[in-house]
Amino acid sequence: MPVITYRDALNRALREEMQRDDRVFLMGEEVAVYQGAYKVSKGLLQEFGEMRVVDTPITELGFAGVGVGAAMVGLRPIIEFMTWNFGVLALDQVLNSAAKLLYMSGGQFNIPIVFRGPNGAALQLSAQHSQAFESWLAHIPGVKVVTPGTPYDALGLLKAAIRDDNPVCFLEGEMLYNTKGEVPDEEYVIPLGKADLKREGSDCSIITSGKMALLAMTVADQLAKENIHIDVVDLRTVRPMDVEAIKTSVEKTNRAVVLEEGWEICGIGTQVVDYIQRECFDSLDAPVVRVHQADVPMPYAKNLERAAKPDAAKTIAAVKKVMYL
Amino acid sequence: MAKKKPESKNSDNSDAELNRELLHSMLLQRRFEERTAEAYALGKIGGFCHLYIGQEAVSTGSISLLRPDDYIITTYRDHGQALARGMTPRAVMSELFGRVDGCAHGKGGSMHMFDKSLGFLGGHGIVGAHVPLGTGVGFAIKYRGGDQVCVCFMGESVVNTGAFHEALNMAGLWKLPVVYVIENNRYGMGTSLERASAIHDIYERGAAYNMPRAQCDGQDVFAVRAAVQEAIDRARTESTPTLLEVRTYRFMGHSMSDAVSGTYRSKAELDEYMKRDPIALLRMHMHEQNQLTDEDLQKMDEEIKAVCQDAWDFADASPEPPLEALYEDVYVDTTSDAITEPVAAN
Ligand SMILES: Cc1ncc(C[n+]2csc(CCOP(=O)(O)OP(=O)(O)O)c2C)c(N)n1
Ligand SMILES: [Mg+2]
Repeated sequence: MPVITYRDALNRALREEMQRDDRVFLMGEEVAVYQGAYKVSKGLLQEFGEMRVVDTPITELGFAGVGVGAAMVGLRPIIEFMTWNFGVLALDQVLNSAAKLLYMSGGQFNIPIVFRGPNGAALQLSAQHSQAFESWLAHIPGVKVVTPGTPYDALGLLKAAIRDDNPVCFLEGEMLYNTKGEVPDEEYVIPLGKADLKREGSDCSIITSGKMALLAMTVADQLAKENIHIDVVDLRTVRPMDVEAIKTSVEKTNRAVVLEEGWEICGIGTQVVDYIQRECFDSLDAPVVRVHQADVPMPYAKNLERAAKPDAAKTIAAVKKVMYL
Repeated sequence: MAKKKPESKNSDNSDAELNRELLHSMLLQRRFEERTAEAYALGKIGGFCHLYIGQEAVSTGSISLLRPDDYIITTYRDHGQALARGMTPRAVMSELFGRVDGCAHGKGGSMHMFDKSLGFLGGHGIVGAHVPLGTGVGFAIKYRGGDQVCVCFMGESVVNTGAFHEALNMAGLWKLPVVYVIENNRYGMGTSLERASAIHDIYERGAAYNMPRAQCDGQDVFAVRAAVQEAIDRARTESTPTLLEVRTYRFMGHSMSDAVSGTYRSKAELDEYMKRDPIALLRMHMHEQNQLTDEDLQKMDEEIKAVCQDAWDFADASPEPPLEALYEDVYVDTTSDAITEPVAAN
């Protein structure tokens, strides 16, 4: 199977969907002439022209709203945020417009829009540029939240997001654009809301999503050497959440670690743990343990940044804790 | 760059039939909202409820010029515009009553009137936030190569929001077919324009966006029509936006919980402005032109009152939304295309 980068997988998804549906357009800062701040939109301006690949001023609240308005009357916008750290300036349009219009209008106006861009920490970008927004967005009824971790998932999920008739927040890993993975040449679409079992094992579940699934796989490979076998559940879509997949895994392993990139308080993990205690209480052999970012703004210094982020050592320690090792 | 104040066009206001329609539209809004206030006092309507009384020449003047395929987007002060666009008094009153026959099946309420079939894209409740949406509608029109226009109504306080600035900059930059109508009723809740905006001729803000701009009298329906017609023509034929400041006044409090006059404006000021009631001005004009007798007017008024009573009775009899509706319309279930796990290219 061909091996391509996460960036090229996203680029291919955008291109294929724009070819197939001329209501789809891409709008954001530096998406056209500059070819994307992270080069995800490379070549699209040349292929589709400036009406469909639109450079905007630095005006997140404005162009997110332009997207919602265009979606109200039948277009299918893809709104790129240079990163989700800047996307928060447009949160009002996600929360109060995109997510609400179908409900407030009594079912008349659905908003088929994708808000996408890099999310989470890269390296030493410090406090304002290193944030993971999954839980902020997943809190909102009316939007879907997608977090692809691999090139294969990135391509299939972005195509599904673009075809979805609801608002979808699509969180790409800022550190993942250069990562590579197998992606078939044939067209495929991955349905939203379906988890993927990235590793199979019977000793402990790690429930996670997106970029953190890569970390979980590393951990699983390391622990396999100690004869500890991990079930890695990559949720892929955190809203709607594939609770059946969580249940199936925890009922098999009887132990769970919940791993996420963002902060602890009201994080995605709180929702997963709540679900486990309600649905899998009798299966549990140990309390669930969470791994997440330290409850501080991201520091700049290398050592402090490392200490703040979830990593393999912390995750392994969590697994050993739930296994009483 | 158009920057003048359009004058009333005589060719327009000599048309008796048209003037009857304008009067009917404005009087319907007035009588409907008088009943709205009454229903609110009786507890039949809840939540925030903002009346439009005093501003009817703006909705009627603007909307009477639109084609059925044009679009309208507005704020929470939306009953008048909804009626002017042709939403039925029954649908609007039922929405206010929170009933299933409301235009949004009771899910929106006073601030969120929607009717897709009329291109009525909603009342929106976050001050400024709908201005980018209206701009996006303009973008979609241009994207499809259509000649529709989008009229985006807003209060004068909106010009101080970031969303307004961001949206108008893009509309000016990309030349989008949007008519931005600022209903300058002089106050945002209790804060006068002069206490909120660094400039007081707010249509001049259009200069920052290289946008044609104008100011007009919002109590004179003909002045509104003349100014809006110019802006619509510019949008339709040249795909160019306009910033139009319409000077009007609200005769009621900001919302039902606000006294009509009080801490921020005097009774004397209110009385002064009420001398220029837009409905009275049109009625007097029609009398002078021999286009309307007292009997005509009385008959029209009786008919309208009956329609409003019918709307009330209908809304009162309309059921509450079924409880199942609570979880409906959060998401649409269908996707535009079937999505199945790896599908082959078609
Ligand atoms: C962003 C935001 N801030 C505050 C409010 C509360 N609020 C509702 S209406 C209003 C005044 C708006 O005045 P204006 O734009 O002049 O419109 P008018 O009510 O006069 O029609 C305020 C402050 C809000 N809805 N949204
Ligand atoms: Mg005002």
